[in-house]
Formats: sequence, structure tokens, C-alpha cells
Amino acid sequence: MASPVIASGSGTGPDPAGADTGPAGGAIEALGRRRLVLRRFLRNRLSAAGGVVLVLLFAMAFLGPLFYPWDHRTQDDLALLTPPSPEHWFGTTKLGEDLFAQCMRGLQKSLLIGLLVAIISTALAAVVGAAAGYFGRATDRSLMWLVDLLLVLPSFLVVAILSPAFRGGSWLLLVVLLAAFQWMITARIVRGMTLSLREREYVKAARFMGMAPWPIIRRHILPNMASLLIIDATINVGTAITAETALSFFGFGIQPPDISLGTLIYNGTESALTFSWLFLFPAALLVTTVLAVNFLGDGLRDALDPTSLRGRRRD
Amino acid sequence: MLEVRDLEVSFPSEAGRVAAVRGLSFDVGAGEVLGIVGESGSGKSVSALATMGLLPPQARIGGSIRFHGTELLGKSDVALSRIRGRRIAMVFQDPLSALTPIFTVGDQVAEALRVHDPKLAKKAAAERAVDLLDLVGIPHARARSASFPHEFSGGMRQRVVIAMAIANDPDLIIADEPTTALDVTVQAQVLDVLKTAQEITGAGIVLITHDLGVVAGVADRLMVMYAGRAVEQGAVDEVFGHPRMPYTLGLLGSVPRLDATEKRPLVPIEGQPPPMTDLPPGCPFTLRCPMAVERCSAEEPALEVVGPGPGGPEPHRSACWRSGDIERVEHDVAGAGADTAATLFGVRAPAPGAAGTDGRPDRPVVLDVVDLVKHYPVTTGSVFRRRVGTVHAVDGISFDIREGEVLGLVGESGCGKTTTLMEILGLEPPMGGRIVVLGSDVAGLGRRARVAVRRDLQVVFQDPVASLDPRLPVGDVIGEPLEVHGVARPQIRRRVAELLDLVGLRPDHANRYPAEFSGGQRQRIGIARALALEPKVLILDEPVSALDVSIRAGVINLLEDLRARLGLAFLFVAHDLSVVRHVADRVAVMYLGKIVEIGAVDRVFAAPSHPYTQALLSAIPIPDPAVERRRERILLRGDLPSPADPPSGCRFRTRCPLFVELDESRRRRCVTEEPPRAAVGSGHEAACHFAHAREVV
Amino acid sequence: MVRFLLRRLLNYVVLCLVATFLAYSLASLTFRPLSTLQNRQPPPPPQTIAAKSAELNLDQPIPRRFLTWAGGVVQGDFGNTVVSAPIGEQVLSRAGTSLRLFLAGTLIGVTLGVLIGVAGAVRQYRPSDYLATLFSFLMLSTPVFVVGTLLKVVWLPVNQAAGTQILYFSGEVTAGFQGTFTESLVDRLQHLVLPTVAIALGQIAFYSRYQRSAMLDVLGSDFLRTAQAKGLTRRRALFRHGLRTALIPMATLFAFGFGLLVTGGVFTERIFGWFGMGDWLIVGVQQQDANIVATVTLFVAVLVLVSGWLSDALYAALDPRVRIR
Repeated sequence: MASPVIASGSGTGPDPAGADTGPAGGAIEALGRRRLVLRRFLRNRLSAAGGVVLVLLFAMAFLGPLFYPWDHRTQDDLALLTPPSPEHWFGTTKLGEDLFAQCMRGLQKSLLIGLLVAIISTALAAVVGAAAGYFGRATDRSLMWLVDLLLVLPSFLVVAILSPAFRGGSWLLLVVLLAAFQWMITARIVRGMTLSLREREYVKAARFMGMAPWPIIRRHILPNMASLLIIDATINVGTAITAETALSFFGFGIQPPDISLGTLIYNGTESALTFSWLFLFPAALLVTTVLAVNFLGDGLRDALDPTSLRGRRRD
Repeated sequence: MLEVRDLEVSFPSEAGRVAAVRGLSFDVGAGEVLGIVGESGSGKSVSALATMGLLPPQARIGGSIRFHGTELLGKSDVALSRIRGRRIAMVFQDPLSALTPIFTVGDQVAEALRVHDPKLAKKAAAERAVDLLDLVGIPHARARSASFPHEFSGGMRQRVVIAMAIANDPDLIIADEPTTALDVTVQAQVLDVLKTAQEITGAGIVLITHDLGVVAGVADRLMVMYAGRAVEQGAVDEVFGHPRMPYTLGLLGSVPRLDATEKRPLVPIEGQPPPMTDLPPGCPFTLRCPMAVERCSAEEPALEVVGPGPGGPEPHRSACWRSGDIERVEHDVAGAGADTAATLFGVRAPAPGAAGTDGRPDRPVVLDVVDLVKHYPVTTGSVFRRRVGTVHAVDGISFDIREGEVLGLVGESGCGKTTTLMEILGLEPPMGGRIVVLGSDVAGLGRRARVAVRRDLQVVFQDPVASLDPRLPVGDVIGEPLEVHGVARPQIRRRVAELLDLVGLRPDHANRYPAEFSGGQRQRIGIARALALEPKVLILDEPVSALDVSIRAGVINLLEDLRARLGLAFLFVAHDLSVVRHVADRVAVMYLGKIVEIGAVDRVFAAPSHPYTQALLSAIPIPDPAVERRRERILLRGDLPSPADPPSGCRFRTRCPLFVELDESRRRRCVTEEPPRAAVGSGHEAACHFAHAREVV
Repeated sequence: MVRFLLRRLLNYVVLCLVATFLAYSLASLTFRPLSTLQNRQPPPPPQTIAAKSAELNLDQPIPRRFLTWAGGVVQGDFGNTVVSAPIGEQVLSRAGTSLRLFLAGTLIGVTLGVLIGVAGAVRQYRPSDYLATLFSFLMLSTPVFVVGTLLKVVWLPVNQAAGTQILYFSGEVTAGFQGTFTESLVDRLQHLVLPTVAIALGQIAFYSRYQRSAMLDVLGSDFLRTAQAKGLTRRRALFRHGLRTALIPMATLFAFGFGLLVTGGVFTERIFGWFGMGDWLIVGVQQQDANIVATVTLFVAVLVLVSGWLSDALYAALDPRVRIR
């Protein structure tokens, strides 16, 4: 929950990763070949590494358990609270459950939730933002007021309040809830872009040849912000995972016997100072996942957004 | 005073190193005006920035720039900052972003003084700043010096920038496209201020522009740049009168002339400038040159003396293997009364057959606009909106267009011409007045009928980049109107091929994306899309103003050709009167939401009767130094009044040069009574109480 | 400008009211405050449950209940908790606790964030810029509850090596601490450091990313070039003309950063055992107490209002273009 605003950029603020615009084009080459190599290495490798790490995490979460001898429920009575060992890679809990198996189980759930929430919330944001921007007037004002309202209420608070209602329900409910409170900032950005796209001459041309509003939005507006939507969806994955773990941390999200990274971190926090592996492994997995997603998103922005590559230069 | 020798500037880019300037040499003497002309990307701004030491750090610079004998290249930022603003000053292109938004203009001018003279007291600097603002023609300079940049119009901001530039009495002023972002009448004002500034400071000026007309009137010497090099250099009359490089010839031939009495064919320069990353050997103009021979693509010609300057020490230089042949052709055609450029580029006279104004009353009206009104509310508040005023964007205008006729609608920004277009294209019932398209009043149209009318009324937009959806292949772009109107797929495909051919593109271009085309080609695609449904009326919104000069001619020629072949009627909106003169049959001049003068092009241009039309026409520079020197400019005072609060009576009276000369009783008439449009000749009307014709071109 | 700020204030007050009402309604809809009572063994007599229900106004429609509660708030009465403890008694101390954390976090976050951002932009692509970028990415990817616990894990050996608690892991003050004013101040500081660092790290990362990009935008701007053309050195132009302009977008961000802070505050309070508003929210949800939740929401909404309004005022102060509107 800590990174929603930062990661996806805010409606009013500048774009943090767009920072690499300006006369950056080759600030380096003048400074020497080695630095150029260093910079390219860092910039491209980091986002590429983000993608690779993410794929590995997915593979590990979904395939790993198939080849690992322990599952997340079995209690090894001979190994209670053992530190990491070849037998139990991440060590065991106080009930003798294998932490690696639990982490993989938790990672599965967290990744799945992140992915679903990102897709749903981005789609919602696209529809609401485009409608507000394209139709303007009352539609715009009421939708944007709703967005403002939802932004005033920290979404963590709202979801926490609602959590008793879905206690015992499926985790899919949590997905819906998370998505319902994560679309606003993207919607603001989509609206802003729609406002400018709407005045583009090809959109006007379509209007003047008699095309109806929704077909225009579908054909000319949304495809032209595909890159933005892809970037935001990516970053929303990270935001959603953080939000899910935060809620689960307080017992408002994933409910036992289900496991997510959040519940694991919560369990580990109690004994972080004594049996630190219980905290460190799930926490490291969480940070790695979100960091990988953010690097990937940042790299995608550089790659997909042409304005962030070519510094505009006249003459 | 300034000696630039073998200047080389390059930038790194994703595509490789861009050689922006390649071996440029020129001098500027004290008190002299050097004009530098070239298209975007020719390296003219970069060389100016190099002189100022303001290039971004990643630029690699070579050669030598000496100012009063001192080498500037390689000097530290601190050392250069002592010269910048004090000895060499600069005026930039975009006045809207050139001033820091958070400081008052007075403070910014005063800063220019105090930074070079720290002992100068704050108060004294502020006083000097007010004087300077007054000098560059800011009304109520004392009060206005406490205003912020956003409270000034573009023209006024450019004056502030000029005030900063002349603050320390510099020896050299570099003006980089100082008027490009401004309207013509404002351009005339700013050029006038620049001239005054030069008279007062005695500074030399480097005037960078893409507008040949601007340099013709102001410059002593001219340098034409292409692909990072000077391709022609010499005294202004020499270069304009006897160009020795095909590019210069083409440029001169491609601009329509305001003073043309008969239709002169325009010279299109095909193709586009080469990419500056990997220049092939040889002359960079080879591929676009009608005279290219083998040697041109093998070896790049150096800048050689081709003729003596008239009495001056400055010889005429040109970088072309065939400048001698050009001289011969020029000599040959001079006897035949033909045009050198048109002959060399092989341009035929425009196809006759355009309907013109002959037999006008007999032809049916295709577009009739009567007393059209469009007001916008000015609102405030975010939750509860209140109306605090009204913008009178269009305030009762009438005109009609007959079959096969071209009406040019001209005016400066803020006059309401774009609003007019949007009202017509929207096909919604107007706020006031009537819009009748091909006999059907749009107010009475149902949804279905409105879609049907759209077939006959199509539009071409200004910006060739923004008018095509970058995500659709060109074939889909052109076929889109057909699709909307339910034409079957195979038919669409056939028609797209036809249309591509019609606008001079190849049918296999249909599968490519807009980004693969140049600006001129994209504009052709936009035209093809507009023609897809075989409309009767085409609305053209500044169709060439976003294109580079050398590309414009080709598009204008295409439009002329299409009109003759398809018998189309055009509503041609433009701010460039020379283009309108070339293309249109009739012209309507707008000012603050009103049409002030309307009539046949020849009549209006030869005998403009409204003082605004006269000022507008006189403000347009003509690319001919001899003519320019003779002309007298009618300068307008001040800024365009806000359309939210237009003056009473005649809207132009606050800036009218005629109004100033009138006696009290006549003035009262202008203040209280709005002048109606009255005939001043056959089919020629002007809205002025005291209209009388005056020759200004 | 005054009118602009007043208008914004009105807008925020409306948003604030609606937000609190919404939180109250949602809480009233989803919470089952009687469940603890009903599940008690042996089951209490129905009269007891009915009495509790009446005490909590559960028989009335939600808007009615909200009005009753809001009417009390105006008079300083925030209602009672489910277990009949008056909420008003705790509001001040809890609000003070949270505010101390927020204030310290914001001040440190904004100051360091802006400095690091500017430095990064001016020294773009130098190693120090990369380091700052990496740091901010890492911080933005690490939730506060992980940062807080990690700080504890990292600091534990230091405390052990020193043989005494240099910095405390839990609580605001040492229970039963007696001493002079200075000693008690030091004691408070020893408790304050780790939670403040935990919450400030994210804020620094947040502001530095945006400040960096805002500064880069300004670096390429025309007016900076004009200032240099006047004769200012690059450095002087940057600081006189660039810095203040680049701060303008930060003003609008302030409100967003604050929302982040509030969420971060909840975690920090829980992890470091502070009895603040964030802690209370968790307690309120766990006890299914609508009054507590609404009180916390009101607190948060008022803070967001103040920060939003402050950010508008800041914006107007920095940018003359807003002032005349």
C-alpha cells in the first residue's frame, strides 16, 4: 500500500520516470564511452532484469512446488523453528511447516491477485477516464468528483472498513475490492490524455465524418494510449501486491487457511528479532517482486513512450 | 566583429551522431544585418546557440568563433556569461516560454542590467527597466513592469525579450526566428522594434528566419543554409536577384507573391532534406535538385565566389557545381520574359478551367452562412459554476460559396475563423443565424440527414502529424469515411487505390503507417481522406501553414489541380494572405468575430477599403528587397482587444490608423455606431464608415 | 487569490463531510458490533442485547445515526465505543501521537526529497544520481511494515553492542520514566528516531523522484536559456530561475504525498507500538466499532483537507499564474 501514488504517477504531478526526457539523449557520449556503456547497462539491464526476475518468480511460484518435497501444510515434527538448511531451504515455522513451500504458496496468491487487480483496475480506469474526458461537461464533473472523493479517503481505510463484510468470502472478493479502489489515479491520467487526444485532428476528422462517440473512443482514443495503459497496468501489479500484503498483514485481506506473502510477513514479524528468517524470506520475496515490476514498468515507459526517448529539438 | 570559421556542431542521437552544422563560416560587421535563411533542421539555430555558448553539454563543437578578435569557443561558462547579454544578446523564437513565469517582467529586465553591473542600485535598475520597456513600445510601461509574463500577449512578451537584449547596449544581437510564432501585424510591429533597437544601439544583427520576405526588407547580407552548411551567401539584392544555387531558386519560386498580378506557377521542391545522421557524399541537395549531374552525388561543392558584390567587399558565393549553367539559363529566359526557377524546375502554368468569379450569380450556392453567432460563456468555480462573461467568438457573420468557387477566410489568431469552421463542420443548429449546406438548413436536420450531409462536406486540417491516427495504416485512414458510411470492403479497397493515385501517391502506400511519410505526403493523405466520399465542399483549415516552405508549393499545386479536375468548392482558411491570393477567387477578412471586408481577390488585394485589411496586407513582407525597401508599413497600435469585451461601435477603432486622423464628430460615429457591410465595388463590401480604397501592396 | 483559496476550502469541506459520512455508513453497514455480545457464553438475555442495540442507536436508519454522531462531534462528543468508553477522551492524545509522526516524516521527507531530487537532476546520469534512483526505487517497492521491521533487525546488534537501548523499538516513552525535562526529552527522542526514519524513507523516495523530473523539465526550458543569454551563469540561472519554478508542481504533489503518509503511519504505529490514530483504526475495525472508525476517518479527512489546502496555498504562493484567477 505504500507505493500506489508514486508508482503510477499522479494526475497532476509530472511523471517520475518520464524524468529521463530532456536533452538526455546522449548526455553521456560527450562524457566518454565508458559512462555511456555504464548507463546503457544500468538503464536497459535493470528493466530487462526486472522482466527476467518476474518470469523466474512466476515459474518458481507455480512450478517450484511440483518438484519440492514439502508442501505448505505438512508439519515436520522433527524440525520446529529450524534455520534454513538443505532439507528446508527457507527453514521451518514453529509448527514445523516448511517456509519455502509456504512462501511459494503465498507468492502464487500474491502474484495472481496483483495480476487480476491490475487488469481490472486499468480497464476500469480506461473506460471511466475516456468517458469523462471525451464527453466532458456533467459526465466529466461527476466522474472526477467521484475520483477526488475516493482519493481523499485513503483506500486502505475503506478496504479495511469493508473487510469484515467479506470475511469468509472468496479471495476473489478481495480482488474486486482492491481493483475498485485502485483505478482513480490511472483514470485521471487517461482523462488528461483523452482531453488532448479529443482535440487531435484525426479525432475531429472522425467526428466530422459522422462516427459515433464510443466507436471513436474504441478506435482512435484508447489504442493511442495503449502504451500508457500497458505501463500503468504493469505498475498497478506492484501496487496491488503491496496493497494485498498490507491488508493481509493486518488480517483484513487473505484469511487463514489461505496464505499470501502478507500473512507470512505478519507471522514473521512477531519473531523477526529472534528467528529472523521467518520474516526475511517472505519480505525479500515481496520486495524483489515489487521492485522487479517497477523496474519493468519504468523500462517499458522508456521503450514505449516515444517522447521519453527523443528529446525534442528544433533545428 | 564576429568571425565564424569552419564551425562544426554535432549531437548524439538514437540514430547516430547528428551533424547539425558542418563547416560554416561567416562574418558579421558592426552595425550590419545578416539574414540567415533555411528550413527546420538546416542548422541555423544551432549555430546561433553555439555563438552564445548555450548549446547543451552533449553537443560537440569544432572550428572557431571569434568576437572582436577573442576566441569564444572553449571559454568557461563564467567567462562567457560576462559577454552574454552585455556584448552579444539574443532574442528567441517562442516568446511564450522565453520568460520565467514566476518573476515580473520589470524584475527580469532589471536583472539583465544588474547581472553585468552589480553596483547598480535596485531602484535605478528598476527605473532603467521601465525606460527600456517604454522604448520597445509597451504601453503604460511603469504600471506594466509589475506584471507577470502570462499577463502579456505573445507580441508584448517578445518586446520584453528585446528590451532585455538591448539593455546593456550590445554590439551584436542574434534574433532566432523572432517573429515566427507571431501574427503578421504583430510581426510587423516587432520587426519595427528590432529596427529601432538597432538604430539606438548601433548593434549588428543576425536575423535567423525561414521567411524570405522578412529578410528581404531588413537584411544587408544574406546566407542560405541547407543541411548544416551555407549554400549561398552574398548581398541581399544579389542573392534575391541572381540566385546561383538551385535550392535558393526553388525557395524563391515556391512562395506565392502577394504582389503577383497574374497567376504564377509555384515551384515545388520534391522530396525532403536528407537525414543528418549519415550524409552521403556529395551535395546534400542532389536528390531534390532538377539540375543534378553525376559529379553532384560524388563530391560536395565548396562555397565559391560566383560574382562580385555590387561595390562592396562582399562577393556573391554559392556552393553548386552548376552555378555557371544557372547564370546562362537566367540570361536566356530573361529575354523570353520567363521565370528562371519555373524553367529550371520544369513547372507548367496552372491548369486553366478553375471557375473563378466568371458568371458567379448563375452558379448555385453550395454553402450559405447567414448572421452566424457563436458565444462562449466564461465561467468560474469548480463545483458551482457561475457565468462571469461571454466571449464573442463569432458575432454575426455572413458569406456564401458558390459551386466550384474558392473563398479564402483570413484573419489573425483570435479573430474567430476557427470557431466559424467548427460551427459549420459541427452541423448543429447554431446559436444564432443560419448555416445552409447544399440547400439544406442544418437547424432542421435529423440524425440521419445530418450524416448524409457530411458526405458532401469534408475537411482537411492544418497539422499533417495530428490529422492522421498514427496507429492506422494509411489505407484504413483514407477508407475510414467510406467505412462509416457503410461502403462495402472490396469497394473501399478499390477507392483507396484510386484516391492515392489522385493525390500523387502510390497505391502500395496503403499498407504503410503515417509515420513513414513526410509532412507533405501526410497532408496529401489527409486530402485523399477528405475526398473519399466525393464531397462538393472542402473545408481547408490552414492546410499548408505547418509545412516547410519548400513543401508548401507542392500541396498548393495539388489543391489547385484537384479543384480544377473535380469542380470542388473550397472554404480556405488561412492567415497567410499570399497563399490566399494564389488559391482563392474571393476573400473574406475577419477581425474580432466580424467580417470586415469581403470581395473578389483581385479587387480586395488591389484596392483594400477597410483599414484593417490595409494594415494586414501592408504587414506581409514580400520576398523582393527592392520592393520591400519602397513599401510603407501601416503599423497597428497595441494588442487585439479581448473578445470577451469587444469595443463598442466599430470593433477595430481602438487600433485603427484611420480613426486617429478623424475629427471628433466622425470619431463619435465610430464609437457609437457599428458600421454595416456596405458595397464599395461590384461584389466587394467593407464594414467601415469611412471606407476608401488604398493601395498597399 | 483569497477567493481562490476560499473556494478551494469550501470544496474540501464538502469532500470531507461526504468522506466521513461514507466511512460511517460503510462501517455501519458491514460491522456487526453486537456479535461479541451475542456469542458470549452463556448467551446474555435478549434484553441486554436490545439495550446495547438501543445504546448504539442500531434501531435507527444509518443517516439518522450519522447525524446524531455528527451532532455530538460538533459539541466535542465523539460518542462511545462499543464497550461504552467515551471516544473523546482519547482523541487528543492519539491525534497528538500521530501528528508528531506525520510532521516529522513530512518535514524530513520533503526537505531531503527535494534536495536529493535537485541534485540528481543537476548531476543526471552521474553515479550519485544512479545511487539516488536505485535507493528511491527500492524504497518505493518496500512497504513500511517491512521497512520498520527491517530497521529493528538492523539496529538490534547496535543496541546489543552498546549494551544499552540507544534507540527504542517500542512505545513513545519509557513506561514510568522519571527525570528532568531534558532527560525526558532525550527519552522521547530515543523512541522517536526509528519510527520517524521508517516513515520518512518512503517520503524521501517519493519526493525525490518527482523533484528530479520536475527539475529536468526546467533544465530544458526556454526561460532558463533566456536567463543565461542575459548573462547569468548556468549555476545562477538554475538556482534563481529554475529551482523555484520546479517547486511549483511539487506543491500539488504535497496532497498526494500526504495520503501516502497516512497509510504509512498506520503501519509505523502498529509496528513500533504507538497508540496513535492509525493503531486506533485497526482496533476499531477489529472491534467492529463504527464510531471509532468514523472518528479516525474524520481525523484523516481533516488532515487531507489541511494538506490539500496548504498545497493550494503553496501553489498560489509559488505560481503567480494562479494568483489572479
